[in-house]
Amino acid sequence: MGGKGEKPKLIMEDGKRHDGRLPDELRPIKMEIGVLKNADGSAYVEFGKTRVVAAVYGPREAQPKHIASPYRAVLRCRYHMAPFSTDERKSPAPSRREIELSKVIREALEPVVMTEMFPRTSIDIFIEVISADGGTRTTSVTAASLALADAGIPMKDLVAAVAVGKADGVLVLDIDQVEDNYGEADMPVAAAPSLNEITLLQLNGVLSMNEFKEGLSLALKGIGEIYKIQKETLKNKYLQVEGE
Amino acid sequence: MSLTPTEPINIIPRLKAETIASIVKKGVRLDGRKLDEFRELTIIPNYLPKAQGSALVKLGSTQVLVGVKLEVGTPYQDAPDEGVIIVSSEFVPMASPVFEPGPPDENSIELARVIDRSIRETHAIDLKKLAIIPGKKVWTVWIDIYVLDHGGNLMDASSIGTLAALMTTKVPKAEINENEEVIVDKATSIGPLPLNRKVATVTLGKISDVLIVDPDNEEESVLETKLTIAVTEDGLIAGIQKSGQSSITEEEAIKAAEIALQKGRELIDKVTQLVESSAETVKQENNNSVADSASNEASEGEGVEEGSGKNPEEDSGLEKDGGLGGSEVSLKSESKE
Repeated sequence: MGGKGEKPKLIMEDGKRHDGRLPDELRPIKMEIGVLKNADGSAYVEFGKTRVVAAVYGPREAQPKHIASPYRAVLRCRYHMAPFSTDERKSPAPSRREIELSKVIREALEPVVMTEMFPRTSIDIFIEVISADGGTRTTSVTAASLALADAGIPMKDLVAAVAVGKADGVLVLDIDQVEDNYGEADMPVAAAPSLNEITLLQLNGVLSMNEFKEGLSLALKGIGEIYKIQKETLKNKYLQVEGE
Repeated sequence: MSLTPTEPINIIPRLKAETIASIVKKGVRLDGRKLDEFRELTIIPNYLPKAQGSALVKLGSTQVLVGVKLEVGTPYQDAPDEGVIIVSSEFVPMASPVFEPGPPDENSIELARVIDRSIRETHAIDLKKLAIIPGKKVWTVWIDIYVLDHGGNLMDASSIGTLAALMTTKVPKAEINENEEVIVDKATSIGPLPLNRKVATVTLGKISDVLIVDPDNEEESVLETKLTIAVTEDGLIAGIQKSGQSSITEEEAIKAAEIALQKGRELIDKVTQLVESSAETVKQENNNSVADSASNEASEGEGVEEGSGKNPEEDSGLEKDGGLGGSEVSLKSESKE
């Protein structure tokens, strides 16, 4: 997104990245579920300085009625960035980017939610990006999938997501804003690891066929790590409840 | 809010849907195409008299009109000596029973943004050459994609239209007067829009775990996932967008990219050939007045056609649809009023 000006060095002499990470290293990750009282399910996910809250309401009566389907629940998804989440204040009105991302995030979750169990209802997913430092859509998918699980909605698998980028010619995992702005490519990927299914795949930038293959495999490796943290987070909460 | 679509884009009998889904496993499609075959492509370059570049694209029964307008604007702060690209798309209500009037919906926005990224990230347009007064005045390249008839795969039809329209675009003469104002003479051009490389998208649909290229609208109502892959003429992947409610595997993504790289280069060659072979025609037309050239075109039907190498009528035993010439004439008469 824009960001021209003097390009900082993205890969240092020692092969590490501008923030000291190795090319295949994720940012520090925090996950928490049940962070909101009113929502049926909620989650907070942090990847470095990117912070996202996701909430799920439903399955509930679809409103307005004409959106309902007699065969399945419909998913509704809103990805939204808070005005203070970015360097320059972002207008709270939905941008074209947010409209597109709401769609691709919904489509990343559709394959795992067992919507056929709740005909005529809607499952509403609200995502607020509190702080944006690159990778907001992938953090949002990761958080939304946890919030759906927290709401007790039957799912075939969790969905975890991460972006692979190309910075100074090197494929790097989990790019942050600097690497996104000044790098050569940004490829967000979401997958349901136990099903072996990719549910979101985008590429913004240019890659060769070999880089694409390598990048995809790097992303799926990262997704495996994120998936483990997601499962730990869910287990921790529900094991506690059981013990109390 | 993005909502699960519950109304199909195109209602087809269940029997037909089941047929489409079952025969692709045998490598066959209802209209007789191979799995990796595009529909017949027609391009009429320089279709619009008042745009700096344009093309009418027919891909099967899909019709998309792309107009490129150059206007003087101000540069972005982070790129003060570069021109600006803005891509918009309109799914006009006449194009499909499911399109409604109103601001662009998520599908339209997604399409425009995918096309935008494919051009921007590959530096397809040499924006550095579009500065008029660096830091103050630059050319804004408005690319407007107008979907006239939705016969499926709007993405690739729009991408072809954008490429063809950019190839026909002429930069108007702009002079700077003593008050640092830019005076544009739209009647005189200083040359073609500077292009660095050509890009096109190839969209694959997944039906019954089989990948098909260029899905038509009947196939689109059966498939659950699409993968659009933008490729450059020099064989690089320049953008990907997965859409639809289902998923793909890693192997499928890689296979799709391989197919797209091959088909995309063929497609770029074909578009180049179609646009360049009509350059002669265009030159003659430019000598005539706007109304004259429009009526000439209508009566002579000078669309440059390039099929899959065979006569469309004997293609699959299916009847030839609506008639390309017919719709051309009706469109022209509309623009003439």
